[in-house]
Amino acid sequence: MSTILSVNQLTKKFGYLTAVKDLSFSIEKGHVYGILGPNGSGKSTTLGIVLNVVNRTDGDFEWFDGSSTTHEALKRVGAIIERPNFYPYMTAVQNLKLVCKIKEVGEEKIEEKLELVGLLDRKDSKFRTYSLGMKQRLAIASALLNDPEILILDEPTNGLDPQGIHQIREIIKKIASQGTTILLASHLLDEVEKVCSHVIILRKGEKLYSGRVDGLLASHGFFELKTHDLDKLKTYLEKHASFGQIKLENGHITAFLKEEMDAGKLNKTLFDQGIVLSHLVKRKESLEEQFLTLTKNQSN
Amino acid sequence: MTRLLQIEFIKLWNNRASKILILSYFVLLSSIALVAAVKFDIGPIKFHLAEQGIFNFPYIWHFNAFITAFFKLFLAIVIVSMMANEYSNKTIKQNLIDGLSKKEFILSKFLTVISFALASTVFVFVVSLILGLIYSDFNEIGIIFSGLEFLLAFFVKLVGFFSFCLFLGILVKRSAFALGFLILWQVFETFVRGIIRWRFFDGETTDFVMGFFPLNAMWNLIKEPFSRLSAVQTAVNQMGEEIVLNYHVHWYEILIVLAWTAIFIYGSYALLKKRDL
Repeated sequence: MSTILSVNQLTKKFGYLTAVKDLSFSIEKGHVYGILGPNGSGKSTTLGIVLNVVNRTDGDFEWFDGSSTTHEALKRVGAIIERPNFYPYMTAVQNLKLVCKIKEVGEEKIEEKLELVGLLDRKDSKFRTYSLGMKQRLAIASALLNDPEILILDEPTNGLDPQGIHQIREIIKKIASQGTTILLASHLLDEVEKVCSHVIILRKGEKLYSGRVDGLLASHGFFELKTHDLDKLKTYLEKHASFGQIKLENGHITAFLKEEMDAGKLNKTLFDQGIVLSHLVKRKESLEEQFLTLTKNQSN
Repeated sequence: MTRLLQIEFIKLWNNRASKILILSYFVLLSSIALVAAVKFDIGPIKFHLAEQGIFNFPYIWHFNAFITAFFKLFLAIVIVSMMANEYSNKTIKQNLIDGLSKKEFILSKFLTVISFALASTVFVFVVSLILGLIYSDFNEIGIIFSGLEFLLAFFVKLVGFFSFCLFLGILVKRSAFALGFLILWQVFETFVRGIIRWRFFDGETTDFVMGFFPLNAMWNLIKEPFSRLSAVQTAVNQMGEEIVLNYHVHWYEILIVLAWTAIFIYGSYALLKKRDL
């Protein structure tokens, strides 16, 4: 497995404010990474540093095992930061030709990439006539011109309407399925949950977690249970060693597991106890719930 | 290097405002030829400007270099806005993300400046050569190609001035404010001259000190050509005055402007490097 990007104890200070603090992580080829964090947690600053537009205060980073300089490495990267930046007076094709010149790649991929993002019929319109969704899609096309080894997206669906969000997500999924490494920064957790296999979680510039999405919390999930005698069920579960917190809300019981337990086994045990369930679901916490738990734990 | 120039060319040539300004600049450069058409023919007074000796070799190099240098303001607008627009469109950020290094970015702008200056110089050379061949009283090869140091001074003057504009564009980031700053700087230099002359030195020393200020240094490169005209000299002589002529291009003046150019370009690079985008 080759390392595409490794970041080592990176620190960025804006005056008194520390935007990124001692951040270390590495990006391996072939995974889809999400950088998660609330607004102002240092996501964009981190990406800005590795993309050569923000100066670091301390620490270092390395593209492709340090085999080339940063700006040479960036020619093998595709990146979109915040809002799409193009020359407003130039058409889509003219803008992309310029990007080809900068990246030193041929112009033959322009049509193909415009097709991919569905802008082929508007290719000769000036950039300033585009809607936000189209601008964002043009930015993706531009980032893909060099068939990058890694695609970096910073809040790609920010400010888009539901249709636009859906289109961008479909494009990202399509690209991910072709085996391109993706680094996606977002504060929209369901977005990350849908496409990412790994996450890096930041809060106030510090790393809270990095690793696989499913390893985020050492959790065994929880049961949602319903029966006609909820109190009896609750009393029983509270005595059971496998369960931690038990919550009774909205007419059903949520019981969090402390150790692995099969849903069928629980059903049988309860039936033997004379409790007949009318509703039984075993679930894992969503990324959002895990994220909130994690950030809450850290702030205590 | 061609790649960097091509990048800049795509950016400039697709911008309608820049295109119009560049084209009108070159049209204006050739309009110097229209001077030849200035002709008064009112009864007994016959005056034909072209026959007053302004198109004589080698004087024409001096005259045309001096006059056409005023048109550089057109390109100054183009250069300031090509720099400031990169900031307001945030395309500078995208350029860097796409893999242009900060050094390459500045270099591409500087190469454009050099190209503009070079194209202007060649243009003025060709126009002057044609005008001279038509109107000059002297047509020996040796005379035609003497005095070409004025074109060198013209080139250096443009490079220096455009580099200043480039630097202001990066420093101020807004084209209108950068141009305003340029005018303000001119006022500032005049003001400093006044203070120095009034409080500290005599005329000669003031000129010497002012020669180190950027705009003054650029102005010094090509002195006004009018007192060189034989008609003017005759007139002055008749009034019993003597003009001390010192119209030559001096090597140290070129050096000062080149030093400023280096400072402006390096300053632009240092600013870009230091700033977070």
